[in-house]
Amino acid sequence: MGEEVKVIVFALGNEEYGIEVDKVRTIERLSPITRVPKTAAFIKGVINLRGVVVPIIDLRGRFNLTETQPTENSRIIVVAVGEIEVGFIVDSANDVIDIDTDSIDLPPEIVGGIKAKYLRGIAKLGEGRLLIMLNLSEVLNKNEIVQLAQIEA
Amino acid sequence: MDMNAYLSMFIDESNDHLQALNENLLKLESEPGELSIVQDIFRSAHTLKGMSATMGFEDLAALTHEMENVLDLVRNSKLKMDSFIFDTLFKGLDALEAMVQDIVGGGTGKADVSAIVASLQIITKSDYKSGAAAPAQPAASAEAAKPEAGMTGAMLLDEFQSSVLMQSIGSGQNVYLIQVAVRDNCVLKAVRAYMVFDLLERSGEIVKSDPSVQDIEQEKFDNSFSVFMISPIEGADLQKQISDISEIESAVVTLLDQESLAMLIQAPAAPSMDSVNQAEESSAAPVIEAQSQAAATSAAPTPQAGAATAPAPAVSRTIRVDIERLDTLMNLFSELLIDRVRLEQLSSEIKRNDLTETVEHMARVSSDLQNIVLKLRMVPVDSVFNRFPRMIRDLAKSLDKKIDLVISGAETELDRTVIDEIGDPLVHLLRNSVDHGIETVEERIAAGKSETGIIHLRAYHSGNHVFIEVEEDGRGIHKEKVLKTAVKNGVVTEEEAKKLTNDEINMLIFAAGFSTADKISDISGRGVGLDVVRSKITSLGGNVTVDSAPGRGTKFSVQLPLTLSIISAMLVKLGSEKYAIPLSSIVETGILRKDQVLHVHGNRMIEFRNTIIPVVSLSKVLDSPDYNEDTEDETEIVVVRKGEKWAAVMVDEFIGQSEIVLKTLGKYLTNIEAISGATILGDGYVALIIDPNALIK
Repeated sequence: MGEEVKVIVFALGNEEYGIEVDKVRTIERLSPITRVPKTAAFIKGVINLRGVVVPIIDLRGRFNLTETQPTENSRIIVVAVGEIEVGFIVDSANDVIDIDTDSIDLPPEIVGGIKAKYLRGIAKLGEGRLLIMLNLSEVLNKNEIVQLAQIEA
Repeated sequence: MDMNAYLSMFIDESNDHLQALNENLLKLESEPGELSIVQDIFRSAHTLKGMSATMGFEDLAALTHEMENVLDLVRNSKLKMDSFIFDTLFKGLDALEAMVQDIVGGGTGKADVSAIVASLQIITKSDYKSGAAAPAQPAASAEAAKPEAGMTGAMLLDEFQSSVLMQSIGSGQNVYLIQVAVRDNCVLKAVRAYMVFDLLERSGEIVKSDPSVQDIEQEKFDNSFSVFMISPIEGADLQKQISDISEIESAVVTLLDQESLAMLIQAPAAPSMDSVNQAEESSAAPVIEAQSQAAATSAAPTPQAGAATAPAPAVSRTIRVDIERLDTLMNLFSELLIDRVRLEQLSSEIKRNDLTETVEHMARVSSDLQNIVLKLRMVPVDSVFNRFPRMIRDLAKSLDKKIDLVISGAETELDRTVIDEIGDPLVHLLRNSVDHGIETVEERIAAGKSETGIIHLRAYHSGNHVFIEVEEDGRGIHKEKVLKTAVKNGVVTEEEAKKLTNDEINMLIFAAGFSTADKISDISGRGVGLDVVRSKITSLGGNVTVDSAPGRGTKFSVQLPLTLSIISAMLVKLGSEKYAIPLSSIVETGILRKDQVLHVHGNRMIEFRNTIIPVVSLSKVLDSPDYNEDTEDETEIVVVRKGEKWAAVMVDEFIGQSEIVLKTLGKYLTNIEAISGATILGDGYVALIIDPNALIK
């Protein structure tokens, strides 16, 4: 038996993803976002989160999935990794579950169009349900953003 | 004792003492005969030694101890200060500072100080030059005499105690002076001491103990203590009983008669005993004394040294507060400010009299509060200035120049955030003044000036700004040389150079990659100095200018904002988006008709106050999604400046002026072009703050 970890489950398209609960600061409904010019396309801007200015990333855009219009179910998941605090726009966030670290397998090269390096692994939840665990420090890796910006420029 | 709890206090106080040492040594250097300054220096060194010994920083204590020995000789006029001693002491100070810095950085404060210790010892042993040998001799012998006489010399009986003892002797009772030494490796000194006291109390009456019983119980003593007591028991018995207690190194019981007691009482005043006292003071007593001080968390003047000459420093009623708490207070206050703006908006919508009045009252209270919160974070520039006298002294010495640094307005206060940043630029400016500004002694005499160059360092308030000026009476900026270098280094072309005004030529020295020094020196002249200064100061929202007269000197003037956390800004609209432009860089606002725009080399310019300035399209810089000034016949413009350069920035609409709280965009979004930060508006939305410096090329 491995350790039990609590995981926030959210959805992007048809896939379910997970982020460890201790990395998540809060989950918010969408609020008006102030655009920040000259940034990568997936950086939607900043919001006022109770007095703190927090950058917002569209996770679909970050993973090169097609971006969609936000819906009633869209949420912002604010995560903190090290000194970086960022909000992710996701299609919905509706569950907290316990998973066994032993049930997390290494991810295949590409899952649903997302490169493996962004993923920590895939957890089997039973009943054929799979949960894709994100590797947050890779998702928030800024070096890559700099490269992206250079390509775009 | 948990040392960590005291570490920050130790660091704070060590820095204070080091600073005091530095200042006083400099003062002493200018008036070497002033012995009261030596007293001050001695006292700081003394406390520092005690504190570091208590905290277990052995090297720190050892070095301070050696410095103290030298100072002690000076204090007792056994040694005349000369430049060798000053230099050695300053070197010692530098080493101490380095060690304290190491401790601040989480290190152990260990350093190899043997070289400095050795030269200090040479000074105390008085053989570093024959001239000083004679006066220093008695001091050396005083040191040698210390172990025997030291113990008794420190025991100061007050009048009451001595009369009690005298009377007891008179009535035929045995009065003993007992000196007990605990073993070095003893773990529970206080317990052993308690056992001794317990024994003594059972055998007689204790009149006086040194250190006091309380201090001994709290283990605030070195390894030995002395007791005066009256007892019917024989001295030898007493000695045996004390020695029987385990871990007691030695016990010396002396039977006192009236004569020997009288001698002990008079000892402190007697000139023959003087040097012994002093030697004792510098070795054994300080540790005890300083330990109790560190524990009491106060830097009260040490009794022996302080009582002699220097008056106690005026007690200022202050408390030390953790910077983080102030930052939290500031953050909370900014929240309040945002709510205030929101309330003001609501009340103007609702238009109910009593609501409006309440909100207005709250606005007044909160602006008072804002003043106080901002003031809390204000620190006198002295905390930056105080290291300069020493720096100038060392620089002048190494360059063989004579320089006086005159500081005024050191009490001027600036926000801590600014203070933290302003040190390095000022160091650059001062080094520049010493190296390039002030001439050598020969050059000065040849130019008919006094030998000693003067650098004025001034700070003063003016409006919402603080000005810091560095002015020297040196050779001034050599305009032809500046122009030649500027052209050579490609800073300006020759044609441009011909058109420059004097002020513009002076400003060239701030250009990147510019240096007029003929040869590269250690002090400045690598060509990285002044442009770094300027970019640093501009990044603080300030400005630096230079004014120079050939042959008469140069003045650098640094203008700084009072605070970096709340600024006045102009809010503007670009279509649906709102932005803030810092008021400090706005010259004017106005309206621009399309036909006023001139086209020069494909750049759009306008005529403004008799000069031609560029027009900047903010909507293009920021990729505005829903605003384009090309569709309008008349555009609002904000004229902003960066140093001497101006530009007209086109915006959609003015919203108005407002106090805004600066917020960072966080660690994820850094170095965004033309954006210096964000603020939260009254309606809760985030507005980005424009960096006008990025708009002017």
